[in-house]
Amino acid sequence: MNQTPPNPARRRLLNATGMAALAAASGRLLAQTTPRPLLIVSSWEISGLSPAASGYIFTRLQVTETLLGSRDDGTPEPALAGRWQVSADGLEWRFELRPGARFHDGSPVSAQAVLHSLERVRTPPGLLATVPIRSMDAPDGKTLRIRLRSPFVLLGSVLAHSSTMILAPASFDAKGTVREVIGSGPYRVAKLEAPHQVETRVSEYYDSPRPAIGAVRYMAAGRAETRALMAESGQADLAWNLDPASITRLRSRNAVGISSVTLPRTLAVSLNAGIPGLSDVRVRRALSLSIDRAGISRALLREQDLAATQLMPPTLAGWHEPSLPPLTRDPATAARLMREAGWTASPAGWRDAKGQLLELRLQTFPDRPELPVLAAALQAQWREAGFAVKVSIGNSGDIPLAHRDGSLQMGLAARNYAMLPDPTGTLAQDFAPNGGDWGPAGWSSPIVSDALQKLLRGGLTPDEQRAERRRILLALQQELPVIPVCWVRAHVAVNRRLEGVRLDPLERSFRLTEMRWKA
Amino acid sequence: MSPRHLLHWRGVLLRRALQIVALLLIIGSASFLMVRSLPGDMAMRVAASRYGYDFVGQAAAGAVSQALQLQRPLWQAWLDWFSDLLRLDLGESLVSGEPVWHEIAHHLGASIDLAVVTLLLAVLIGLPLGIAAAWRPGGLADRFMLLFAVTLRATPAFLLGILLMLLLAVHWGVLPAAHDDQGGTLWLPALTLALGLAAGLARISCSALREALASPACEFARSKGLTDLQVLIRHAFRLAALPVLAYLGVHLVLLVEGTVVVESLFAWPGLGHALVHAVFARDVPVIQGAALSLGLVFILFNLLLDTLMLAIDPRQRKPGASDA
Repeated sequence: MNQTPPNPARRRLLNATGMAALAAASGRLLAQTTPRPLLIVSSWEISGLSPAASGYIFTRLQVTETLLGSRDDGTPEPALAGRWQVSADGLEWRFELRPGARFHDGSPVSAQAVLHSLERVRTPPGLLATVPIRSMDAPDGKTLRIRLRSPFVLLGSVLAHSSTMILAPASFDAKGTVREVIGSGPYRVAKLEAPHQVETRVSEYYDSPRPAIGAVRYMAAGRAETRALMAESGQADLAWNLDPASITRLRSRNAVGISSVTLPRTLAVSLNAGIPGLSDVRVRRALSLSIDRAGISRALLREQDLAATQLMPPTLAGWHEPSLPPLTRDPATAARLMREAGWTASPAGWRDAKGQLLELRLQTFPDRPELPVLAAALQAQWREAGFAVKVSIGNSGDIPLAHRDGSLQMGLAARNYAMLPDPTGTLAQDFAPNGGDWGPAGWSSPIVSDALQKLLRGGLTPDEQRAERRRILLALQQELPVIPVCWVRAHVAVNRRLEGVRLDPLERSFRLTEMRWKA
Repeated sequence: MSPRHLLHWRGVLLRRALQIVALLLIIGSASFLMVRSLPGDMAMRVAASRYGYDFVGQAAAGAVSQALQLQRPLWQAWLDWFSDLLRLDLGESLVSGEPVWHEIAHHLGASIDLAVVTLLLAVLIGLPLGIAAAWRPGGLADRFMLLFAVTLRATPAFLLGILLMLLLAVHWGVLPAAHDDQGGTLWLPALTLALGLAAGLARISCSALREALASPACEFARSKGLTDLQVLIRHAFRLAALPVLAYLGVHLVLLVEGTVVVESLFAWPGLGHALVHAVFARDVPVIQGAALSLGLVFILFNLLLDTLMLAIDPRQRKPGASDA
């Protein structure tokens, strides 16, 4: 069949005529004639209004701002704070707010208002709760001062995270619960229907140039097929979280443009190095050597170059070390390592000296559609190499829970290493000596801990920072407490009428202010 | 209305009222106990739904557990729920913090919109087809109806939905592919559901009408000298209406309650979809609220159906007749 462009006139005609009787039953049947807003569709539902819950949706939609922003490489840049200074001892940070900034209710963004907002997100799981804050105050109307108990170089990154987005005092009720999202970004909320959709309009109080796109509608659609067809039919202008099959189809039909960006996110298996079998690095290496990453990348992700050769992708330049020996597939070496480690091959799988079978459980969850399929592929590849692996698909909370109760064996997730723009924070959490929620369990390395501590303390020259990062990456590559499988690339279907689409590799913003409709 | 009719109606209403009270207690408590006794950590599940998978962890679960007082004994939590219920307060969603009434009203409204339009479309498509098929058994319409009914009943709603999206939204560009609040978005999900329903309706109405036309009542009418068309309109339709109404009544309830697949395919914000989400998230108040609303809808629809049946069929008004 040939692709015909959507015909709005025909659509309106069909909707508006001949349906009057049924229209009486429901207003949803009538087509709207006003110019439609830019429609973004993705899988992320608006699960609540608190900054920790859905703050990332409102910051991406540029409704709210954070004190600091982030460049693509993770370094901080001005946002709501036009300038900032850190004292020589790293214990006092001062932020000067943009002078003309106003909230969407017209009130000025004062230091007191920012303080009010930040005080309300100092509880877990907001990331500000992890900062050793001694005090926060406002020495004058436009300056915010944060004093720390100990130096914390990641404060800039934390203040660029959506869980610290700044809301107007009128957003909160008396108990401190967010009742309305009143931010200071270029767009204000015009209509909110959680969890499915939110509509925004340009804010009349925004102090920078007016964006070309005047109205935006964001909606959550759970199924990837739906999102792809919405994009293909011209209904959605930007469709996120597309599945590989839909991307191939959209590319072949050329109906929409596809923009792509490699994310600082890795599909990786976290291991419990504290259990028999996995405590031996040779077994962990054998598991890694049994994985056909190129095959998985080609067949499941439909991409040629996403097979992970190390933990971080090349796009995360500061954290990708080209000199590391790449992770490869080598079944013969894997079998040799297993035999050296004292395991004997049997039809059921590898057995130890006592005849005990090495049986492993791989946990994952379906929040990203590729995860269950990837788990099945890994299970098949490991079975070929003699590993008996059971796959368990549950809720995303099951992996942190298994960490807590010690039952984790292997957990497959798409870990976002730039949850804070600087990956040091996530790495410090994952590779902490007692194990983080998403990192390995039962594993610690003095080299990694020491290097992370030095990076967190700050005061290093760029060369020293590079050397510390290399120590960390080398130790992780050799010890394999986490087995990287593939890197992740985000693909977005873009309406051909739209231009200026530039994807954010740190997934912080949709960058709507840079977009415009083609003339 | 005669005293005998009033007595009959009082019986029907009293029975339904008792059913509603029993339903509140049984469904509410059962869904509460079932969700609370599921394996796995409830705080972690709620945290995963509330904060997303990048953010879920022990800190998030701890915060959820504390805020929602999940450490309370089960009986205490149940008593709190029950006393709230007596005040007609269904509580707040554990995930969004919104009042459950507010969420249920939003989703139930969308589900009812979809169900009503589906039903009207199904009647518009299925009834004429069934009547035409019954009018000339073995004729073209009869054979077409059989093909239509078998094909559509055998096609899963998910597949039918995607095919309709491809045809009407992508290739012809006449309808929006999924719900986006822009208007016109109800057609595709309603059509997807209506085609399956119309297939069944065509078969039911065809066989009911054939049975009615062959009944002694219609035979007698013809012997009075009425034409076939007069018999059909004056007598057979009314006789055939009972099984057709019963079929539509049951399916209307199923449409409100059981359209999860179609709702999620078309991103329709209906109650079935919301209920499935709430189950994944262990959002107990929403599950209870949704289960109660669905139960109430079931009882009210049945009451409505009883009324219609009673209005159409004088035989049911005799003493001792069933009130369904």
